Amino acid sequence: MGMPISHIMASGMTGIRAAGDLVARMEFAKNMRIGEAKEYVAKKLGVEKAELSDEYVMREIREELDIGVITSVPRAAKGIAAKMNIEKLLDIKINCCEKFRKQIE
Amino acid sequence: MAIDYALRMGDGKKIFLSKDQLLEEIEAGSADAADLGEIPSLSGDELAKLSEILMMPGKTVSVEQGMEVPVTHDIGTLRIDGDQGNSGVGIPSSRLVGCMMHERAFGSDTMELGHIDYSYKPVKPVVANECQAMEVCQQNMIVPMLYGAMPNMGLYYTPDGPFENPGDLMKAFKIQEAWESMEHAAEHLTRDTVWVMQRLFASGADGINFDTTGAAGDADMYGTLHAIEALRKEFPNIYIEAGMAGECVLGMHGQLEYDGKTLAGLWPHEQAPLIEKAGANVFGPVCNTNTSKTSAWNLARAVTFMKAAVKASNIPCHVDMGMGVGGIPMLETPPIDAVTRASKAMVEIAGVDGI
Repeated sequence: MGMPISHIMASGMTGIRAAGDLVARMEFAKNMRIGEAKEYVAKKLGVEKAELSDEYVMREIREELDIGVITSVPRAAKGIAAKMNIEKLLDIKINCCEKFRKQIE
Repeated sequence: MAIDYALRMGDGKKIFLSKDQLLEEIEAGSADAADLGEIPSLSGDELAKLSEILMMPGKTVSVEQGMEVPVTHDIGTLRIDGDQGNSGVGIPSSRLVGCMMHERAFGSDTMELGHIDYSYKPVKPVVANECQAMEVCQQNMIVPMLYGAMPNMGLYYTPDGPFENPGDLMKAFKIQEAWESMEHAAEHLTRDTVWVMQRLFASGADGINFDTTGAAGDADMYGTLHAIEALRKEFPNIYIEAGMAGECVLGMHGQLEYDGKTLAGLWPHEQAPLIEKAGANVFGPVCNTNTSKTSAWNLARAVTFMKAAVKASNIPCHVDMGMGVGGIPMLETPPIDAVTRASKAMVEIAGVDGI
């Protein structure tokens, strides 16, 4: 258990504390290498690449864009709702969002 | 008096080396990878950088600010609720709780759902349960959420599966029969994985993780590559990650090819183009840890292999860095000093896209 946490602390982008989930999505969705994925996400968010791992910068941006934060902020988008906002932000489709939309058609 | 630096053996035991001894170890480790893989060894600057990382005084080290990479996960929540005497810590909890802990407490960049037996074949009888769990997780999670398991082709051989064990057949000099048994097992592996994932993608999974590809040799990799190809054809937009079992594909069959390339004996930089050709989005290269060698030797060797794989690949490379691979000591509780040094070296020297 300590091994993955050690990696996250040493090298990780810390997921939704910052912008790690967004960069990972672009690597998976579009085969982007790390530099390209960071460039793409930074441009969409209007920040510098180095700020993608900055929790202070990303906390405010994530709340503003309503793309999910780690705490239970009242009225903030969570789960699929947050991922639908991520779809719009990154201009990608997310499988579970597509399935959700089909169920409410 | 010469200063000694605290390092580890490949099994995790603490050792002390002088700077000269440390430099000898990393040069030898890199040379070993270069010799085996017929790839360039690390340059003088890279060896110097690696030695600096290994000699850093702090217990933990980290990448320079701005160089962080996504950390993807195999084994899913089993490291929380599972306990087979290996990496699981046996905390009674649901898999949803495990996933949410990873996302909101541990800072995971992606997560995956996995079955307690963690192979695709045993998922078949309980696939409806897995689909339910995936739906519940997707409703609550924000980070990319994959379904992961091992191809684990050994489960298709007697006494666990329908095909005669090729090892037994070979011992009886029934070589042709052994080849046919492996080929049949590979077909079933492809078929089962596709069948399981068709259902999980219908339940909202973001993608699939093939964990420990090639564990049962070249036929295991053959079956996995064909499963990747079939899934990519049917689901153009899903995420596919393929991580390897070992640094070299074992030639249990010896004659199987993919895209005109013999699979037996491939090293990470030769595996990468085939994984990409099959249709994966992310490749997980492996370098095994030698427990009888120092962490300096193992890390230099692993970084050398990974640097070549990163260069040969057009898709992101998320190096496998669990217990006993990627320069990490072979131990259930790998020492944090060794883990963080390996983590930093992989990002800053090998240039990996993720871990």
